Amino acid sequence: MKKGISWLAAALLTTALAAPALAEDTIKIGVQGAHSGDLASYGVPSLNAAKLVIEEANAKGGILGKKVELVAQDDQCKPELATNAATKLISDGVAAVMGPICSGPTNAALPMFESAKLISISPTATTPALTLEGKHPYFLRTVAHDNAQAELTSSYIKDVMKAKKVAYLHDNGEYGKGFATQNRNILEKAGIETVLFEAVTPDAVDFSSVVRKLRRAKADVLVFGGYQPTASKLVQQMRRDRVDTPLMGPDGVKDETFLKMTGKDSEGVLASYPKDTSSLEMYKKAREAHVKQFGTEPGFGFYNAYAAMQAILKAIETSGGTDTAKLLEALKSNEVETPLGKLSFNKSGDAAGLGLSVYVVKGGKFVETDHTITLH
Amino acid sequence: MASAPFCPLRPGRTAAHKNGMDVQYFIELFFSGLTRGSIYALIALGYTLVYGIIELINFAHGEIYMLGAFTALLVAGVLGIMGFPAGGILVVAALAAIIWSAAYGFTLEKVAYKPLRGAPRLSPLISAIGMSIFLQNYVLLAQTSEYLPFPRLLPDMEFLDYIDNIMGPSDFLILVCSMLAMVALTLFIRYTKMGKAMRATAQNRKMALLLGINADRIISLTFIVGSALAALGGVLIASHMGQVNFSIGFLAGLKAFTAAVLGGIGSIPGAVVGGLVLGIAESFTTGYISGNYEDALAFALLIFILIFRPDGILGKAKVQKV
Repeated sequence: MKKGISWLAAALLTTALAAPALAEDTIKIGVQGAHSGDLASYGVPSLNAAKLVIEEANAKGGILGKKVELVAQDDQCKPELATNAATKLISDGVAAVMGPICSGPTNAALPMFESAKLISISPTATTPALTLEGKHPYFLRTVAHDNAQAELTSSYIKDVMKAKKVAYLHDNGEYGKGFATQNRNILEKAGIETVLFEAVTPDAVDFSSVVRKLRRAKADVLVFGGYQPTASKLVQQMRRDRVDTPLMGPDGVKDETFLKMTGKDSEGVLASYPKDTSSLEMYKKAREAHVKQFGTEPGFGFYNAYAAMQAILKAIETSGGTDTAKLLEALKSNEVETPLGKLSFNKSGDAAGLGLSVYVVKGGKFVETDHTITLH
Repeated sequence: MASAPFCPLRPGRTAAHKNGMDVQYFIELFFSGLTRGSIYALIALGYTLVYGIIELINFAHGEIYMLGAFTALLVAGVLGIMGFPAGGILVVAALAAIIWSAAYGFTLEKVAYKPLRGAPRLSPLISAIGMSIFLQNYVLLAQTSEYLPFPRLLPDMEFLDYIDNIMGPSDFLILVCSMLAMVALTLFIRYTKMGKAMRATAQNRKMALLLGINADRIISLTFIVGSALAALGGVLIASHMGQVNFSIGFLAGLKAFTAAVLGGIGSIPGAVVGGLVLGIAESFTTGYISGNYEDALAFALLIFILIFRPDGILGKAKVQKV
């Protein structure tokens, strides 16, 4: 008798365990990014975005009558973990991937996604080559690549500031040097003189030599390629040495910490950044959902990830399945209403419809100027 | 500084600017190298003191510098909330940083190097690298990976106005403080009993022991003095650059180590000369050639000098014990 009960229990347990596996009729979407580690603050917001979009879709009864399931893989923004994460997503049979979030891991994971013919949409990887070289037909992104920023900033320097002489400093990283080089290429073609182009060491104990060189160069504007910590050191040193050349930076400079670090010295600093879309209905909805669910304001890349997830689900719906070729076709031909505006994807895989604006620090805040470009 | 951060060039100076541009520029670069070099020298002294006594390259020394900057930030934050005046905060924060870092230096030696005193020379070196990584990660986990703003505590120093293109208040303060610290150290080593004991231990530890000098205590003292100097450097640079991060000790430590070797490791005036030469060389490289080569040229200079003077600029040639 005792034996019988335990057999029964075992049988029940087995069916209980097997139940989720049997009800396999879901659409799986992979999410890859830094969900732990020191870069987690860049990755967790996109994971949150995925959760919210999927929850909303499931609340409406799913896509094509199936529930959507989220499969998260943590790569900590490390290329060596990214290949593993990608392999796991592929073997889990996901329909498409939102991510990876950092450019390095994206580069590492793409060959694997390609051999599996899997679409991946990165919300935040901005290295231009990922799409522009045309090597990755199944890769898309919902963020402007770095060269687009240079297009915006150089047109501002040329048309609004009417600068004649420009100095360029960068941190020798791919992102920073790329931004400075792109600006120089465009501005030199327009006949604007380069008076200084060189690298600074971000961790140097002092920037005064390069600032003195900058003063001697008598530039109308300084283009700085790099991130906020280096920019804030540079700006402080410049203002302290009474060099009041305006500084133009990429989106890595437009950051609350930058304002906190530099205080009054930040007045007049310019930076490119995605256009403010916070007045859009979709944006408000996404923000409210995040605040309600997680209790905080959304973090880095949240809206881009939200848009990427919406694009994936919409494409599955319109193409009527998860066939990669049809999905790609749907992604590139249909517009999706997102928190960042109406988006579609162009031939190379970049999002068309994204707006970029120049921001300027006024009264201790970044204020959007009316100098804007829209990508296509 | 707070009064007029955006002051355009004063009218009186423009003429001199045009005529003596190159001399002016040369002097500007020289002083900016001097500022940077005196920080290298402050940190390099710690390397050289320790090496002089126990022939160990204390790779965790750069982290002591970073800890000093962090301590000052925390203390300054608390005092700022309590409403102390800026100048007072700077002094108290610097003292707190010096004491706290000295405590770290003392503990570091007891934990990581003393148990290995009889071991082959490679063991304490690995232990030093381990401590460096440990301390960095400790601050990363206990504090943050973000760059933190360091409050502006430097006084305005109006009298510097007429030379402000050459030297600002923070450059001036860095120069004065590091010079004072170096003079104090020299006096300490030359004229005090403990300084004498340090020199004796450096010359011959066994002999010093036989003469009744407590070598363990002298080694601890060396770590305390070296760490205090590094902490001072940390506070000065943090208030100069306006920010602090767990990783700032790495490059500064490496450069200071280079300076110590350049000047002749084990030699106290050598560390100062090495620091200043390195700082000025870097500044001229950036000013006249390109910032791209700042680090490359610094190390090329090191190699070049070591070819002709293998023991550094002021180092004494001696037979290496292995």
